[in-house]
Amino acid sequence: MEKEKDYLLQISDLTVQYNTDDAVVHSVNNFNLNLVRGEARGLVGETGAGKTTTALSILRLLPAKVGEIVKGSINYNGEDLLTLPEAEMLPLRGKKISMIFQDPMTSLNPTHTVGAQIHEVLDLHFPEMSRAEKDKRVDEMMTLVGIPPERKDSYPHEFSGGMKQRIVIAMALVAEPELLLADEPTTALDVTIQAQILELMKQLKEKFNTSVLLITHDLGVVAQFCDSVSVVYAGQVVEFGPVEEVFKRKENHPYTAGLFNCIPDLNDQQPRLHPIPGRMANPRVLHEGCCFADRCEYACDRCRKEKPAMHVSGEHGIMCHRYEDKEVF
Amino acid sequence: MTWFKYAGKRLLMLIPVIICVTFVLFLILSAAPGDIARNLLGDDATEEQIAAKKAEMGLDQPLLTRYVNYMAGVCRLDFGTSWTNNEEVLDRFAARLPNTLLLSTLAMTFAIAVGVPLGIGSAIKQYSLLDYGSSFVAMLLFSLPAFWLGTMCQVLFCVSLRWLPTSGLGTPAHWVLPTIILGANTMATMIRMSRTSMLDVIRQDYIRTARAKGASERVVIRHHAMRNGLIPVVTQIGVSFAGTIGGAVVTENIFAIPGIGTLLLNAVKSRDVPVVLGTVIFVTIIVGVINLLVDLLCAKIDPRINLAS
Amino acid sequence: MARKHKKPLSEYSTGQLVMFRFRKNKLAMFGVFLLALVFLAVLLAPVLSSYEAVTKMHIRDKFSAPNATYIFGTDEFGRDLFARILYGGRISLLCSFAIIGIAFVIGALIGGAAGYFGGKVDTILMRIVDMLMAVPSALLAMAIITALGNGIWKLVVALAISQVARFARIVRSSVLTLRNVEYIEAAKCYGCSSLRIILKHILPNGIGPIIVSATLCLGQTILSISSMGYLGLGVASPTPEWGTIISENKINIQAYPYLGIIPGICICLTVMAVNFIGDGLRDAFDPRTKN
Repeated sequence: MEKEKDYLLQISDLTVQYNTDDAVVHSVNNFNLNLVRGEARGLVGETGAGKTTTALSILRLLPAKVGEIVKGSINYNGEDLLTLPEAEMLPLRGKKISMIFQDPMTSLNPTHTVGAQIHEVLDLHFPEMSRAEKDKRVDEMMTLVGIPPERKDSYPHEFSGGMKQRIVIAMALVAEPELLLADEPTTALDVTIQAQILELMKQLKEKFNTSVLLITHDLGVVAQFCDSVSVVYAGQVVEFGPVEEVFKRKENHPYTAGLFNCIPDLNDQQPRLHPIPGRMANPRVLHEGCCFADRCEYACDRCRKEKPAMHVSGEHGIMCHRYEDKEVF
Repeated sequence: MTWFKYAGKRLLMLIPVIICVTFVLFLILSAAPGDIARNLLGDDATEEQIAAKKAEMGLDQPLLTRYVNYMAGVCRLDFGTSWTNNEEVLDRFAARLPNTLLLSTLAMTFAIAVGVPLGIGSAIKQYSLLDYGSSFVAMLLFSLPAFWLGTMCQVLFCVSLRWLPTSGLGTPAHWVLPTIILGANTMATMIRMSRTSMLDVIRQDYIRTARAKGASERVVIRHHAMRNGLIPVVTQIGVSFAGTIGGAVVTENIFAIPGIGTLLLNAVKSRDVPVVLGTVIFVTIIVGVINLLVDLLCAKIDPRINLAS
Repeated sequence: MARKHKKPLSEYSTGQLVMFRFRKNKLAMFGVFLLALVFLAVLLAPVLSSYEAVTKMHIRDKFSAPNATYIFGTDEFGRDLFARILYGGRISLLCSFAIIGIAFVIGALIGGAAGYFGGKVDTILMRIVDMLMAVPSALLAMAIITALGNGIWKLVVALAISQVARFARIVRSSVLTLRNVEYIEAAKCYGCSSLRIILKHILPNGIGPIIVSATLCLGQTILSISSMGYLGLGVASPTPEWGTIISENKINIQAYPYLGIIPGICICLTVMAVNFIGDGLRDAFDPRTKN
């Protein structure tokens, strides 16, 4: 990888596990990711692949006592977030890095007005700002996300899901953060609202020049929104690269290929979809070889015994024994 | 304005409740086995004496007439006279109500002031010594009969150690033990209730949102969790208050406090129907008003509650 | 969930899963053990002691501290406290179960009818329940005692009626939440009869909250019945009952503390056992409430 690139976020070898009463769940395993300033990166994978856990690890908001970061580092602007004391994490959260959660219905405090909840971000991070300035900023932000500022004294239960998500976006962007972690921001919404919200996020991202880590299981959303994509399976990145390249190339990781096969294609006269066979790898068991081997149609003995390395060429990387010798371009 | 309208509506709704409750009680109290006049006069009374006594008490009239007369009296704040000592029920009540109200209020205040912080603390520091300790105390207080706890504490602190006066009223010291004994069970409820409620709230998504905004743990708890966590606790206060007035019977009896509880107990034992009926009406109104206040408070805390509907 | 199961969890019935979770709860199992011990002692009362011992006065042995002959000591009349507590426990426990049983049956009929039929039936029945709820239950019980007079079975009726409203509410809400649940709808679509729906679907799924609250209510009822005994409403001396035992020894507790401590511990342990079981059942039926 070229050194001169301006990386905002570098996650390397991140390993996270949940220690529950019954078992240890290996949620994220040797996860690697590099995010260039201003880039929008899609994190794609099935439910339970460890995408949300990765995002929560960046903010260090894993459930206390249960979630444990075993090893790895998360470099943000040259600082390892995992070694920062809690007191130094506070000014980062919401100001430099903010997060949008999956379900807008539950992610707003039901007993505070929406205006107050946006206002709170400014109160926490800009103590020098005057009240009037903050109020003005909240009004501007609400207008930007398409909610009339007169409604700032309303409570969350008086809004629809799409409008709540707009409030959540306003809250996440009001401090103009450098990095936005968006965890399936449109999954809980109607399809028509999904497109609106995605469009809104795209505009605001351009306006504030925010880098985005967009977590989704929808490749369509990635194509619409992102510059690059990392495909996550069983807590690790199995393929990454610029969106165009990953989408257009003929030779993907078998899992990525499987994901593409799950999308119905109207032009194609295929009689049926091709779901990936088998179930999601059990996160309670650590895999010796390739994590996808059990479901892979190309799997051989080597795949089951030896973990494949990440084969990188240019901006594209793929973790599969099949591409070991191939020059991918 | 909606508040006043709502409060007025709720208070008006108490009226049919009281009418029905008193009617049913009237019915069963009249059907009570044993001749009340005979009981009052003793075994050697003549039939004439008994008939005269019945006429005096109005017991010779049909049930419905008696009920209507009684309710007409209630509307004029005339609750009749006690069968045992001919005193006005209202007077006896008025003399004793302040003691019971004060005792209940003190007990509730004690229970909330100690129980809620303990419960919240246990939720924040789950699985800590504080958590295990207060859970144990709550479980113990739940399982101990108040009359036993009261009797034992009275023996220990008042009779043996002489730290506190044994019974009756007079000085603030007289209130200490009754307050604690009456409040103990409610305190246990408050500990468990606020702990469960806070644990539930802390797991909510909006708490994670607040953390993601950069709020410190203190702000998260005070500003975001507390208000939401207290809503079920406030609702519980109304329920507990009704229980406290019931519990006052035991506590007042142990510490010989002249309140509604001792009045009621004696009335039940001597089957003094006017006093029992009057007490039920009074306490139902008081509990109704307290529940109304609690609901108004809930609506104040929780914007999702709509009083108009 | 438990790892040692031989088949996947989905193959176990709801009841079996509840039992698994319940057995894993140490406090609840301790409660079961304790309650079983109390039951055994109370049932074996004629073997461990005898009914004559309850009222037989050994004046020369009065106020004997616990010893080999009288393991719980004797009271001011020289009566064996152990025998009195055993036979008193029979009354306390039997009455408590009777109260819960009566309250449950009446409450379930009212609540079940209200929930299942809905509409006018629901409105009328629930108005009645609301009225019962408006009067604090201790007060209601005392008013009923005034009407019925003193006596243990009258006390049982009074306390049972004062608990009816709460059972009616719980049963109604269980029925209501389940009436429109999708799998009930599905069962209706498959052509299940009403009776089959109630027996196979509503009962097993709705019974959880009812059992839990009946258990927790049982603990409170044991306390209520002994409180009533203590206040002199209900069982009359010399018949023993846990509350009356403490009440009749009240004035001697300072000089002979075991007269208060021993019956107190008996009540406390029994109620605690019931509460542990109740909490355990609640967590087992609804694992989400477990913290």
